[in-house]
Amino acid sequence: MTPLLATNGLSRHFGGLRAVDSVDFTLMPGEIRAVIGPNGAGKTTFVSLVSGRIQPSSGVIVFDGADITSQPAYVRVRQGIAYTFQITSVFANLSAYDNVALPVQRTLSEGRSKGAVKAGVMTALERTGLADRAHMPAGQLSYGHQRLLEVAMGLALKPRLLILDEPTQGLADSEIDNFIALVREIARSATVLLIEHNMPVVMQLADRITVFNAGKILAEGTPEAIRENAAVQEAYLGTAP
Amino acid sequence: MNEASPARAYALHLGVIALLFALSFVLPEYYHGLLARIMVLAVFAMGYNMLFGYVGLLSLGHAMFFGAGLYGAGLAIIQLGWGVPLAFLGGIACGAVLALVIGLLALRTTGVAFMIVTMMFAQVFYLLILYFAAWTGGDQGQVVPQPARVLNLGATSLDLTNPTVRYMSALVLFSLVLLVMLAIVRSRYGRVLVAIRENEERTKMLGYDTFSNKLMAVVVSGTICAASGAAYALLFGYVGSSFASVQYSILPLLWVLLGGAATTLGPLIGTVFMYYVIDVTSGYTSAYLLIVGIALILLVLFFPKGILGSIRQRWLGWLP
Repeated sequence: MTPLLATNGLSRHFGGLRAVDSVDFTLMPGEIRAVIGPNGAGKTTFVSLVSGRIQPSSGVIVFDGADITSQPAYVRVRQGIAYTFQITSVFANLSAYDNVALPVQRTLSEGRSKGAVKAGVMTALERTGLADRAHMPAGQLSYGHQRLLEVAMGLALKPRLLILDEPTQGLADSEIDNFIALVREIARSATVLLIEHNMPVVMQLADRITVFNAGKILAEGTPEAIRENAAVQEAYLGTAP
Repeated sequence: MNEASPARAYALHLGVIALLFALSFVLPEYYHGLLARIMVLAVFAMGYNMLFGYVGLLSLGHAMFFGAGLYGAGLAIIQLGWGVPLAFLGGIACGAVLALVIGLLALRTTGVAFMIVTMMFAQVFYLLILYFAAWTGGDQGQVVPQPARVLNLGATSLDLTNPTVRYMSALVLFSLVLLVMLAIVRSRYGRVLVAIRENEERTKMLGYDTFSNKLMAVVVSGTICAASGAAYALLFGYVGSSFASVQYSILPLLWVLLGGAATTLGPLIGTVFMYYVIDVTSGYTSAYLLIVGIALILLVLFFPKGILGSIRQRWLGWLP
C-alpha cells in the first residue's frame, strides 16, 4: 500500500533556525495521525510545507505517489490537501454560507446549477451544526463556531488529506466532545493530520502519534507507546532526575 | 449576497435604466448633454470599481485604459480613416491588450507598490502621447471631425453628434455595462473576487489560482474603461492628452468612493453627485472647489462607505 503522504529529508530554515530539520514522515491512507510537541517544535511549519503555504529549503514531498514539492498551494488543494488554519481565518465580512460556497463551487464537478452549490453548502454546514447560522456574517459567529466553520470549509473541499491545525483551541469542553465525533466521521472518507495540544483529544482520536521536538521527529507510535516513551516525557516535562 | 432575491436587484437596475431613458425627454438641453457625458464617465467609474471595489486593488493608473480606448478609437478614425463601429472595437481592443500586459507586470505587486507601479505605467503612457505629438496631436489634442462620427446602418445613418442619438448611445453602453457588472457580481466569479479582497491567502488555500483571477479582473476592468474612452472619443469628438493625465486616474477613484465602492450603482451616483455639486456651486461662487472639498469631507465623515455603501449598510442589505 502506497502512503498517501511521504516527506523525505524535508527541511525549512529561517536564517539560522532549523524550524523543520530533515524530516522523513509517512502517512497511510485512512489514518488519523496526531502531531504533538512543545511550542516551537516545528509542527505548524511542517504542515505549512505539506500544504504549500511555505516553500522548503530542501527535501521532497510526495502525495499519493507524485512529487508535489514544487507545486503552488492552490494546485495541492485541488489534488486533495486541505488545510484549516490555526489562527481562525474565515472571511469575516462574508456570511457563513458564502464562506462555504467558495470551496463548494470550486469542487463541484457535475451540475453547474445554483441548486448544486446550495445543496453542497448546506450539507457541510449541517455536518458541522452551523446550518441555522448560514446567513450570519462569519465575523459575528462565536469563536467556537468560527472554528467549526473552518472545518466546514475544509470538508467542502472534499479533501483526501485534511490537515487540522489546533482545531480545539478555544473550544468549550462541551464543544470538544462534538468535535471529536465530527473528526471520527470525517475520517471515514479522508485521512486526517491533526496538530493538537489537548492530550485527551489526541489520545481519543489518534491511530498513531508523531512527536516533534526542535524541528525533528522525536518519536512515533501508538498512543500507548508514546505515553510510555521516556524521550517524549523528557521533551515535555524537562530532564528526568 | 448571491442567493438573496435576484428579482429585486434586477428590478432596481432596470428601473434606473428606465429612469435615465425617461430623463432624456424632460431634461433641458444643457443637462441633457451633461448627463450623456456623465453616463459615459460612469462606465469608466464602473470599470474602476470592478478592480478597486470588488478585488480591492487600488490602481492609480486607470487613465491609461481610458486613454487607450480614447486614442485607439480616435486615431483609428483620424489617422486610419476607419468607420465608427470598427474604431469603437479597435479602441476596446487596445484597452484589453494594454490591460493584459499591465496586469501581468503590475500584479507581481500588491498594496502601495501596486498603486505606484500602475501610476508609473500611466505616466509612461501619458508621456508617449506627448512624445508622438505628430500622430496624436500632443497636448493640443485632436478633434474627431463631425462627418466621421456618423454610424451607417444600411439605409439609415445615425449622427452621433445629434444630442438625442448621443444620449441614447451613451445610455445603451451604460446599461450594457451595468447589467454585465450586476451579472459578474452575482456570479461565482464575483464571489471569488470578493474573497480575494477579503483574504487572498485564505482564497489560495481553498484551491483558487488568485493570480489568474486577478489578471482576469484587470483585463475586464481595463476593457470597460477603454469602452468608456472609445465612446467618449466618438460621442464628444475630442481626443486629448489631459484624459490620460494623472487627474483622470484619480477621478474614477473619487467617483467610486463617493458613490460607494463595491456597489453596482455607486459609480453612477458618485459621478452624478460630483458633477452636479461642481455645477451647482460654480453658479454661486468662483471658489466652488472649496465647497466641493467640504462636501467630500462631510461625506467621508458621515458616509465612510460612500453614499450607496452606507445606505446598504444601514438600511438595504440586499443591494448588490
